[in-house]
Amino acid sequence: MSESKLELDKVSIALNGKQLLTVDSSVGPGEVLTIMGPSGSGKSSLLAYIAGFLAPVFEASGGVFVNGDDITPLPAERRRVGLLFQDPLLFPHLSIAGNLRFAIDDRSADKASLIRQGLDEVGLGGFEERDPGTLSGGQESRIALLRLLLSSPNAVLLDEPFSKLDSQLRAEMRTLVFSKLRASGLPSILVTHDQADADSAGGEIITLEQ
Amino acid sequence: MLRWASHSLLILLAVPILLGTLIAILPAFGYFPTLGGTEFSLDAWRELVQVPGIKRSIQISLLSGVLTPLIALALVFLYLASASGSKLDNWMRRLVSPLLSFPHAAAAFGLAFLIAPSGLLSRLISPGLSGWERPPDLLIINDTWGLTLLFGLIVKEVPFLLLMSLAALPQLQPSKHVELARSLGYRPTIAWLKVIAPNLYPLIRLPVAAVIVFASATVDVALILGPTLPPTLSVRVLTWFNDADLNFRFLAAAGAILQLGTSLLAITIWLCLEKLCAVLWRFWVATGDRGTGERLVFFSGRGAMPIVLLVITGSLVALLVNAFAGPWRYPSVLPASWTFLHWTNNFQNLLTPLLNTLLISVGSTLSALVLVLATLESERQSGKLRATAMWLLYLPLLVPQIVFLFGFIVLTESMRWQGTMSLVIFGHFLFVLPYVFLSLSEAYRQLDPRWSQVASTLGASPFKSFWRIRIPLLLAPCLTAIAIGMAISISLFLPTQLLGAGRITTITSEAVALSSGASRNLIAVWAVVQLSLPMLGFLAALTVPRLLWRNRTGMREIR
Repeated sequence: MSESKLELDKVSIALNGKQLLTVDSSVGPGEVLTIMGPSGSGKSSLLAYIAGFLAPVFEASGGVFVNGDDITPLPAERRRVGLLFQDPLLFPHLSIAGNLRFAIDDRSADKASLIRQGLDEVGLGGFEERDPGTLSGGQESRIALLRLLLSSPNAVLLDEPFSKLDSQLRAEMRTLVFSKLRASGLPSILVTHDQADADSAGGEIITLEQ
Repeated sequence: MLRWASHSLLILLAVPILLGTLIAILPAFGYFPTLGGTEFSLDAWRELVQVPGIKRSIQISLLSGVLTPLIALALVFLYLASASGSKLDNWMRRLVSPLLSFPHAAAAFGLAFLIAPSGLLSRLISPGLSGWERPPDLLIINDTWGLTLLFGLIVKEVPFLLLMSLAALPQLQPSKHVELARSLGYRPTIAWLKVIAPNLYPLIRLPVAAVIVFASATVDVALILGPTLPPTLSVRVLTWFNDADLNFRFLAAAGAILQLGTSLLAITIWLCLEKLCAVLWRFWVATGDRGTGERLVFFSGRGAMPIVLLVITGSLVALLVNAFAGPWRYPSVLPASWTFLHWTNNFQNLLTPLLNTLLISVGSTLSALVLVLATLESERQSGKLRATAMWLLYLPLLVPQIVFLFGFIVLTESMRWQGTMSLVIFGHFLFVLPYVFLSLSEAYRQLDPRWSQVASTLGASPFKSFWRIRIPLLLAPCLTAIAIGMAISISLFLPTQLLGAGRITTITSEAVALSSGASRNLIAVWAVVQLSLPMLGFLAALTVPRLLWRNRTGMREIR
């Protein structure tokens, strides 16, 4: 398992000349930094900046370091930063295996066994040929998490990933996601409205002002 | 890497059309080196003024150029005011695309077979209602004032303007505004006309301008339905252009410039009408009247659209009956027997034009699709919309075809590029491109950006994410765009005729050529082939994604 570190060096984002946020922080392997704040405070823009697809209308500055290397000059696909959205966003035209295969490095040998093993680990063994449209919400979320892990990222961003789940499922998914991330030794940044998410993440919390 | 795409798209559209228009001006003033014209003169214009009946030709072109959009737009607005949200409306929304794919020439032939003195309608009422035992001696098709031409153009342009309006309407949130007006006591149809219409009109002004230009300068529809003594200006220009005596080229060039002026005059008259309507409308709104005329609007709007539908359906039926008719004496509604003879006799002749049609439509549409996709993808990657250039897309629809094609031919002749398949495909490409862009851009821009973002966070390059994610997700709109592009190409007459130098024949060019003198059965066979090709395209665009994604429930919600 990789042991990586994510550092935000005076990252600041502005829109139309108005400063939205400034974050200066460091996240160690297996740790979760939680960012809370009202909508419009720029939380999601921060994640977009780190992932590499902030819209050009925003003005952003600051460095994002993964294991000491600044990734901001890199295009999104070469940053190796995984992102979980509010929706699982499983590609609807691909099977479950197709979705997972899409994430695995083309050079990996024996993708099929990686997929089989991964599905077993999230309790969805034998789901390879299923149509994503036929899965329940919880199953979709687990596939989305597995897909992210199979892309072997160096850091993970979580954009309110539990907000659309019902309360029982939400607790279950929180446990699963955070334990997986911790076990993989990945530094993560969680953006949320929900105090319970922050408590469950158990790391540093930054609260943004409107 | 993709940055060249949007530039080349605009250059490829603008340069041939603007350059062609400019070059057409030269021979009109005597300059045409290949024909020995090296000095500027006004001879061609002197000759043009003295052409018998030229005034009438201009008048007819102007008349159809102004009345077609006026009546078609009135019908569309009355319809939208009276039928929005009704069952009829649901039907129309589904029918409007197939209606639009009915090629102009085939529709014109169908209409002719429907309303001619010995046509289907006259047979339906004879001898019972009319007492006619023989076809009445009436000049309906090719009437002197071009009223049948006007009728045909209106029937053909109503679906076009309706589709453009339906595409623009959602952003105006019509139901919300109409409800608000209703809460103030306005009847729904009056509310629509007072609140929605003035906001909708600016959004469809370019399509309306395209209708003005098309109606004032059409060649194929005018050849089939238009007057013959004298014909419309555009038809005369084509006749002069095709004359064996090449010296007629100077006259044709002057005529083409006159055509440009006539279309511009039609647009100017339209602009004046716009001002007048705006004044009248403001006056009407200021009265605060909430219900007067409501029934009139309601019944005319709901009545006119089914009539248009009936005419189009009737035209289709008339074509089919003629294509399979055996002996058919006048007052009988249907032929005495049916036959495949017209088809088997013509099979050989159909083959080459059919192959050419497919080659040209596939070639022009696929090149347009590649360029449009590259433009949209570069727009997405750079995150900038190029809205300013939108009107340029309408350029091929805003300059009369005969004008810029004329200059374009002068240019390509000097480059010895004329009469080749590649030139015809390029000519079609110019007309197909705007439609492919307009039909695909909305879906492309609307696709949830998070699909590409997920793909890139998973390590997929823009290339991989384009081919493996965006294209499959947008397969249905891409196929629809292909079907529309091919339908446009299949229906084109003048670009094939002029750029192919008469050597390259398509189903459409052959069908139009038959209009002078061939038997109805023969024409019907060609027209039926012409209209089935786009229908097959739309059918494929509809069924392929359903088959492909039959086990992918999530694909039904992707727009």
